Amino acid sequence: MTSKALLAATALAALTLALPATAAELTVGFSQIGSESGWRAAETSVSKSEATKRKVTLKIADAQQKQENQIKAIRSFIAQGVDAIFLAPVVSSGWDAVLKEAKEAKIPVVLLDRDIDPSGKELYLTAVTSDSVHEGAVAGEWLAKTVAGKPCNVVELQGTVGASVATNRKKGFDGVVAKNANLKVVRSQTGDFTRAKGKEVMESFIKAEGGGKNICAVYAHNDDMMVGAIQAMKEAGLKPGKDILTVSIDAVPDIFKAIAAGEANATVELTPNMAGPALDAIMAYKVKGTVPPKWIQTESKLYTAADDPQKIYDSKKGLGY
Amino acid sequence: MMPSIMQRLLQTRGLAQIIALLAILAIDRAVSPQFFDLRMQDGRLFGSLIDVLNRGAPVALLSLGMVLVIATRGIDLSVGAVMAISGAIAASLADAYGLPVALAAALGAGLLCGLWNGFLVAVLGIQPIVATLILMVAGRGVAQLITEGRIVTFTAPDLVWLGNGAVLGVPTPVAVVIGMLIITGAVVRGSALGLLIEATGGNARASELAGIGTRAMILAVYVWCGLCAALAGVIAAADIMGADANNAGLWLELDAILAVVIGGTSLFGGRFSLVLAMVGALIIQAMNTGILLSGYPPEFNLLVKAAVVLVVLLLQSPRFANAGAVLGRARQ
Repeated sequence: MTSKALLAATALAALTLALPATAAELTVGFSQIGSESGWRAAETSVSKSEATKRKVTLKIADAQQKQENQIKAIRSFIAQGVDAIFLAPVVSSGWDAVLKEAKEAKIPVVLLDRDIDPSGKELYLTAVTSDSVHEGAVAGEWLAKTVAGKPCNVVELQGTVGASVATNRKKGFDGVVAKNANLKVVRSQTGDFTRAKGKEVMESFIKAEGGGKNICAVYAHNDDMMVGAIQAMKEAGLKPGKDILTVSIDAVPDIFKAIAAGEANATVELTPNMAGPALDAIMAYKVKGTVPPKWIQTESKLYTAADDPQKIYDSKKGLGY
Repeated sequence: MMPSIMQRLLQTRGLAQIIALLAILAIDRAVSPQFFDLRMQDGRLFGSLIDVLNRGAPVALLSLGMVLVIATRGIDLSVGAVMAISGAIAASLADAYGLPVALAAALGAGLLCGLWNGFLVAVLGIQPIVATLILMVAGRGVAQLITEGRIVTFTAPDLVWLGNGAVLGVPTPVAVVIGMLIITGAVVRGSALGLLIEATGGNARASELAGIGTRAMILAVYVWCGLCAALAGVIAAADIMGADANNAGLWLELDAILAVVIGGTSLFGGRFSLVLAMVGALIIQAMNTGILLSGYPPEFNLLVKAAVVLVVLLLQSPRFANAGAVLGRARQ
């Protein structure tokens, strides 16, 4: 080998070393829970488009709600030597062993949408999640601002009893209620996050509260229950959105249809775009070596009739909700 | 004297259930004073009592099929999943093809599901609880495939009417239940069919030897059960103007079995009562509605439900009635 060639080879090697991996070369494995809800389906489709936008190759493994499938998928991602692993954990415990394997292989792991037990804190790079206590608070603050000091009896449709999201969304809302003496939660019952139960529970609320006359607002822990509650109000001869204010959480397409029709007032978005911030964090980490904070909180944006609900409905309905 | 009258009353068929229903309605009235208030709203009766009937309709329909299956000493765990399938089919077809096609397809799917269960039990001789477990698990998956995991909404007014409309002021689902009860009653009690079903459940071998086509009997009850479940699924979808494959009919098979058992039909087959199964379904729903009206925190829902069910079942237990009599005599 001539000295020139050696020089060139060294230069090339140096160049390769000096130029860190660009986004175009990144391959990310994403272990998705499954498609148990419309939101989950939307998260998957948004993840794909966010990856394409950043020219990242995203390999998605659908675990069909089973942790063992997720563990298998992570092991297979490690074997393939991906640059990073995204994990939407189906349960919060039992990840230590497989995440240690990823750490040993020097593959950073980013948690999406849900957190894991504190024992695994050192085993992942960052978690991109929404703060569901904050979501409840945003919903509460909208109501406090809208009624502007006037007394307001609120009925609450809770999520499934014991679900952490339900507990947190209640906590956030209750925090605002405690600070506003004019707001009062008069009834609170679980609607199991479903339309059918939301409707049934709202029917009973209306009857128990003087045909709905004593109710000033409904707060539902998710939009699906609110869609059911809106039907119950209409069947009782009430005008949802006018006689009774509504605020719920998730921002699924159907609630925008209701907002556009003037039958719902506000929704707080649980963004399906968890992968976008996660990809940005991974690219910064890989390219510049920036270590992201342990928790990246997604925005809990509030939408009302002022936000062109019809347009948002049109843009969201194709996402698989 | 008191205990023996009590004993005799409790052993009169159906009385324990009626007493239980009245007691629960009285409790409902106590926790919610407007419970019996009725008014008309958009040409439809409106009130908590109507809610009990209306919300109880799906489980009442399920128990109408379930009671016949249980009378043959079988059980059908798949009814909740069949509801999800039929709801998904009806919702997906309603807007494009209209109610007749959507309804026919949904009920057809229910018939097929029933036929499948009946085939496994009657022809292949698989134990009913295992045979129907297959469809219970797979059926929801089929429904999710149809809806692609989404809530499929529709606006077809005639399908919406099935869930939210009224017939002479009575909500359509309630009218459908009454209609199905009359049809089922006429078929099984207007002929010897009911007796043959009871014989099949009482002793299948003896019935076979006596010349009863037990296989056909078993196949028929599962098909009927599938049909009832499909109808319940269409009503549940029409109610929320959408098919929610993940949640429609979820765990309702257990409520239906409970309704049948509260109605006094033994899980060991034999004698059955359609009307008392309906009363059982009403007891469950009167209790559910009462819990919602009471304003207790939701953490208590299941506990209250379990306690009430226990009391109702104890009321029916002959041993419990005997024990009461013995205690009464001892006190005298």
